[in-house]
Amino acid sequence: MSKTLAQKIWEAHVVRSAEGEPDLLFVDLHLVHEVTTPQAFESLRMAGRSVRRPDLTVATMDHNTPTLGGRAAADEIGKRQLDALEENCRWAGIRLYELGSRHQGIVHVIGPDLGLTQPGMVIVCGDSHTSTHGAFGAIAFGIGTSEVEHVLATQCLAQRQPRDLAVTIDGTLPLGVTAKDVVLGLIARVGISGGQGCMVEYRGSMVRGLSMEGRMTICNMSIEWGARVGMVAPDDTTFAYLEGRQEAPRGAEWKRALDYWRSLPTDTGAVFDQEIRLDAAELEPFVTWGTNPGQAVPVTGHVPEPADENEVRALRYMALEPGRAIQDIPIDRVFIGSCTNSRLEDLRAAANVARGRRVHPRVRAMVVPGSALVKLQAEAEGLDSVFTGAGFEWRDAGCSMCLGMNPDILQPGERCASTSNRNFEGRQGAGGRTHLLSPPMAAAAAVAGHLVDVRELAEVRA
Amino acid sequence: MEAFHRHEGRMVPLDRANVDTDQIIPKQFLKRIERSGFGPFLFYDWKRNEPDFVLNRPEYQGASVLLAGHNFGCGSSREHAPWALEDAGFRVVIASGFADIFRSNCLKIGLLPVQLPEPSVRWLMELATEDPATAVTVDLEAQTITAAGFTERFDVDPFARECLLNGWDAVALSLRHGDAIAAYEGRRASWLPRVT
Repeated sequence: MSKTLAQKIWEAHVVRSAEGEPDLLFVDLHLVHEVTTPQAFESLRMAGRSVRRPDLTVATMDHNTPTLGGRAAADEIGKRQLDALEENCRWAGIRLYELGSRHQGIVHVIGPDLGLTQPGMVIVCGDSHTSTHGAFGAIAFGIGTSEVEHVLATQCLAQRQPRDLAVTIDGTLPLGVTAKDVVLGLIARVGISGGQGCMVEYRGSMVRGLSMEGRMTICNMSIEWGARVGMVAPDDTTFAYLEGRQEAPRGAEWKRALDYWRSLPTDTGAVFDQEIRLDAAELEPFVTWGTNPGQAVPVTGHVPEPADENEVRALRYMALEPGRAIQDIPIDRVFIGSCTNSRLEDLRAAANVARGRRVHPRVRAMVVPGSALVKLQAEAEGLDSVFTGAGFEWRDAGCSMCLGMNPDILQPGERCASTSNRNFEGRQGAGGRTHLLSPPMAAAAAVAGHLVDVRELAEVRA
Repeated sequence: MEAFHRHEGRMVPLDRANVDTDQIIPKQFLKRIERSGFGPFLFYDWKRNEPDFVLNRPEYQGASVLLAGHNFGCGSSREHAPWALEDAGFRVVIASGFADIFRSNCLKIGLLPVQLPEPSVRWLMELATEDPATAVTVDLEAQTITAAGFTERFDVDPFARECLLNGWDAVALSLRHGDAIAAYEGRRASWLPRVT
């Protein structure tokens, strides 16, 4: 019988299935960070239980870590959380990439960096953006702390199989339009709950042509339209990215793995429960105007008339009025980073715009690489000097101002052009206002001092 | 987990859609390593910035059933959101839709998420607005919601219902299948990454 990519991986991980009960699914990789796990370890210990598979568990510090001054710069409560992670990992024998280590970084950046994220796996983490890892053709999803405890104890999760949804994107992306614009445009069309209860497979010629970084950006934001899982079938792009990475298979194992990975893509004739189609050629750079990721319009557009009470509220929070041109919106801050857009390719794209230009005098702009390794790689290419030369701050790796658990936050009323994934009220700091966009669009906004169409900036330069 | 059979309490109408977990509990409170004590931070910014916010009103103090619009609990997977609701005295959330991770997190801690059609939620919100003292009864065994002149059946995952009714420990349930897990581990592909 023809099967989808998601069905194949799901079936290969069922430890036990019983009528009327959720499947017991095996977890190949459990990623752990400081914020959503201390209560899980504590509860595990109180029940007299242990971690079943420390060898399938990897931890890092990312959510509350300072991006200047290292661990010493963390506040007292934040430090206590980092200490707790360290103690818990020591207790359980879990590998921890702590602050200062070569592979510390955002949990969804280091998995791929290390080659831990591989096709055909089931990957979970106490973080909703775990869907990022689906870019490799894996079932990857975010879980809560009770489920973290469950995985620590059993290396399994009891789950009902979500429905299969295909998003097919054919055509070629116009110049200046990135993977971030694809996913923002998609969410603007289907709404922020359109993917609920689904495992999404992104397909079509545009997706096939994307780099792994671009695929990760799209899969990352699957949760922003409610999907549990977002995935792309593994192909030569995937294999080329993986080969030679620290934790990737080698030699005869690599060949065995390749044979299996090549069997994973959705079979011809397999049926999805639902399909959405997009034409890449019709996409433009997108920018959000409101307080959820679905409230986005092309940068050439205007703030829309509110359709309901919730949108009235969003406009009030954002201090915007209907009809205003998006490009007339001035900004105070720029954040380039987050598990959505902090990989080397993202930094290169932003640096290409920043090179030879200056950050607008009113704007404070910050670049936060996704991992310590990405930071080193970027510095080896001289991207750090491009950014600092243009007036951007160049920081240490972490989640930083995507969620503002560390000192990097917006002040009340500040307006930020951000490459992150959520523009919720107060997300980047109480009273802060967030506009989501792509890395080149963020760099362009930093230079212009207002939201701007990066394609025009490029023309000015040419 | 404490068992859930039947709950009677007053309702508070939070007439907003797409309430994300950043609103339910903002990030600055996620640094605590304890499991309890999150209640005072529930809807922190809304409570602080909007004097007329429904959870600030005296007539709704002590309510234990939260009414909300569609896609409640979207965004971050933080279980601190249901913990904060639970700690603030809520036992049930009734909404026209829930984000998947939030719903799952609620079920794990015994906070019952009940999905009802939009008009039914609207009806309950009107009841709670007209008379904040209106009591509602949520019966998980019978899968019914009853309030003044209102009765409706609701759907719930049968396995989750069984777990809630019995107050089962999900980890203990899965650990009963230790042999099946070990057998599966024995047949995993050799190339899969292991970190030691």
